[in-house]
Amino acid sequence: MAGQADVTQRTESSSTPGAEPALSPVRAYLLNCGSSSLADRAFGILMLLCALSIFAIVLLILIELISGSKLSIQKFGIPFFFGSAWDPINGNFGALPFIYGTVVSSILALIIAVPLAVGVAIFLTEMCPAWLRGFLAFFTELLAAIPSVVYGLWAIFVLIPLLRQYVNPLLIKTLGWSGIFAGPNYGIGMFAAGVILSIMILPIISSLTREVMSAVPHAQREAVLALGATRWEMIRMGVLRNARIGIVGAVILGLGRALGETMAVTMVIGNRPEIVRSLLAPAYSMASVIANEFSEASDELYLSALIEIGLALFIVTIIVNALARVLVWAVTRGAPVRGT
Amino acid sequence: MGVEIDVSDLNAWYGTNHTLQSISLKIPANHATALIGPSGCGKSTFVRCLNRMHETNPIGRVTGTVRVGPTDIYAQASPVEIRRRIGMVFQRPNPFPTMSIYDNVASGLRLNGFRNRKILDEVVERSLQQAALWDEVKSDLKKKSGASLSGGQQQRLCIARALAVDPEVMLMDEPASALDPVSTAKIEDLIFQLKSQYTIVIVTHNMQQAARVAENTGFFLNGKLVEFDATHKIFTNPTDKRTEDYITGRFG
Amino acid sequence: MASTTAMPPPLRAGASNRFLRVVMNHLATVAAVGSTILVMAPLIAIFFYLLVKGASSLNFAFFTQVPKPVGEMGGGMANSILGSGILLAIASLMGVPIGIAGGIYIAEYGRNKRLANMVRFTADVLNGVPSIVMGIAIYTLIVVPQKHFSALAGGVALGIMMIPTITRTTEEMLLMVPLNVREAALGLGVPNWRAVLSITLRTASPGVITGCMLAFARVAGETAPLLFTAFGNQFWSTSVNQPIAALPLQIFVYALSPYDEWHRLAWAGALVLIVLIVVSVALVRYVAGRGVLKGAS
Repeated sequence: MAGQADVTQRTESSSTPGAEPALSPVRAYLLNCGSSSLADRAFGILMLLCALSIFAIVLLILIELISGSKLSIQKFGIPFFFGSAWDPINGNFGALPFIYGTVVSSILALIIAVPLAVGVAIFLTEMCPAWLRGFLAFFTELLAAIPSVVYGLWAIFVLIPLLRQYVNPLLIKTLGWSGIFAGPNYGIGMFAAGVILSIMILPIISSLTREVMSAVPHAQREAVLALGATRWEMIRMGVLRNARIGIVGAVILGLGRALGETMAVTMVIGNRPEIVRSLLAPAYSMASVIANEFSEASDELYLSALIEIGLALFIVTIIVNALARVLVWAVTRGAPVRGT
Repeated sequence: MGVEIDVSDLNAWYGTNHTLQSISLKIPANHATALIGPSGCGKSTFVRCLNRMHETNPIGRVTGTVRVGPTDIYAQASPVEIRRRIGMVFQRPNPFPTMSIYDNVASGLRLNGFRNRKILDEVVERSLQQAALWDEVKSDLKKKSGASLSGGQQQRLCIARALAVDPEVMLMDEPASALDPVSTAKIEDLIFQLKSQYTIVIVTHNMQQAARVAENTGFFLNGKLVEFDATHKIFTNPTDKRTEDYITGRFG
Repeated sequence: MASTTAMPPPLRAGASNRFLRVVMNHLATVAAVGSTILVMAPLIAIFFYLLVKGASSLNFAFFTQVPKPVGEMGGGMANSILGSGILLAIASLMGVPIGIAGGIYIAEYGRNKRLANMVRFTADVLNGVPSIVMGIAIYTLIVVPQKHFSALAGGVALGIMMIPTITRTTEEMLLMVPLNVREAALGLGVPNWRAVLSITLRTASPGVITGCMLAFARVAGETAPLLFTAFGNQFWSTSVNQPIAALPLQIFVYALSPYDEWHRLAWAGALVLIVLIVVSVALVRYVAGRGVLKGAS
């Protein structure tokens, strides 16, 4: 074991300012500072409480929504979600037209946006020159950040006239036989809502798909290339196949965003609570009916019905978003996701 | 004014990895003690146990006794007071990037609430002189940021910062390994100057460095302390065969 | 997760097959480039249309005058700008400290703990909840008991939207501070709370601040939660307990109105919002690109 070096143990100071065996002012001060364990513990608890506020917020929303919709739940029960009559005057409320509107406009948005978003993501990740990529990525981030009401403003004055004048007549002429594009061409309506939604969710789906694709290790790409694959085959087998779970997650996230989108949809959907076959007819979404009618709801039951719709929207978007996050996390391993 | 460090049956774990096994030794006051050994032998972990830095790792665990002077450092709950009495210099220089040179050196005092401007000025100057950095930076103490210095200067800044709180012990974990030979020489000179005033423990993988600066040397291998003796004896006539193998370069 | 390099279908050598594969490759490239152009061109067009239309509608009066009565020309959205300012001040007062503190917790105290993971996950999910739902919750919580709309209710609604965003960005930025720097503080015997605030947070502060700016810009454009909390106000108001105007809210109302003059104001307001967005996004990218921790090893 260790031998002892020959050392006499002295502990006097000889070098501190003041030059006496007593403690220097610095050392004296620090020895008197005391333990900070109380302050440290208090600080830790304070930080913890603030972190817990996230849960408190979710609980708060849930509690307020449930208590607000109690009246409506008691009066209508489950059939509320299947009834298609929305009659505030006679106190008869059914949420089906809004559910239909929300679902159809969102699915329409996905049909338009997903292929395009994935195409953009593939281009940006695998084919784009570096200088262009930075600009396009920045632009995509910008577009994802533009407020809903601004998209709505643009939609009213640019998109709707465009649809009414050029796109809708074309659709009526070619697909009118199916009944999906038929009837008076107002411009506003389900189709317009679907289009503006697709524009709004495209940047998110694209960004997330890009992140997920970038997370696929290069080794995967190289392995496929080494077998003599073309670039497209490399993308298909080496990247998309591995990232497909995450891409599904990105799509579901886009769906979640579309389901809850309020202002732009309210401004173009037409606000008519009717279920009609034609996509060119005015429609109504869950978020829109709340936005339009909440502050004018004249009686308790009316308000309660609207809050119940809000509750349904809350629960659905939580589930959809949670599912999306789990899928994306599975591929990117829990790294924080930017910009969404 | 240094103190003796008395280590008794020290064991340390990283999770389930038993990194240090039953280490016992006495580090004498006012001398420099070097700790050598191959990579992964536990010498850095040992030094981090001396100022309770090992437990900052969420899976780090320590048992045993460490006495710094009269104090059993693991007997009390809060490590903060202990760390004020023990200075540490790390392998890679880590000045605080948002602070000036002056603020860096004064940080140990300021962040503990010390306010006396005049004494702070004196302490900063004294520490920078002890660290042989004063002449190089005295003209822009408050303007230059700590991070704008060269690597060697940054490390001397970290030494000054550690000295400013007037510790009883200075722990140095491979302080010169990230530096060029000129800076290394300067740091070794520093240690030579300081060791009569403080108890210095220096971890090094450079055996010549240990021979140059330290009176005593300890050899670690696989988490055990193999031999601890006067430096000249370790390097010329070691007792244990494993020590001899390491010294002669048979491994590590 | 196992990386599934399932064996690709045999790439048969054979002239016709190879030709088909090359054609597919080119088609794929065309499709990808095509969809990018199809997407980016109109989006860029939208963006510049907004800029141009907004710029032509903007004048000095926009920033200084309140709306004129219907039918009269001129007027501005000064009250909406002020109102948004007040709402955002209340929201930030609430959202920034709590958000940063939450971020500090999950970055510094909860490294591998399950609680931290749950907070992170919940914050992400909360970010995806439609903001109108927040408005409903605050309506029943504050507006109903008080029996009137108020700037306070609107500010709180926006504030709770800021918290999850700021928590996540703060965490991200704090995690970027190297362990080295934290250990230096601890090694000096600085109390943990002091080390976190004066060293770690301070080192990460450029990033944390831009994270707050991002949250700020995001809620600045939110309309839905204000519909039945702040409610809007045609007149100049600074009271926290009264309904108050807000820029996005006013844009919404004006856009749906039949008056051209109000449409002009809506475009101008939209431009102001967009400029705010562009500045924040650009700033975030600049800070992130420059490296939050200049000089830290």
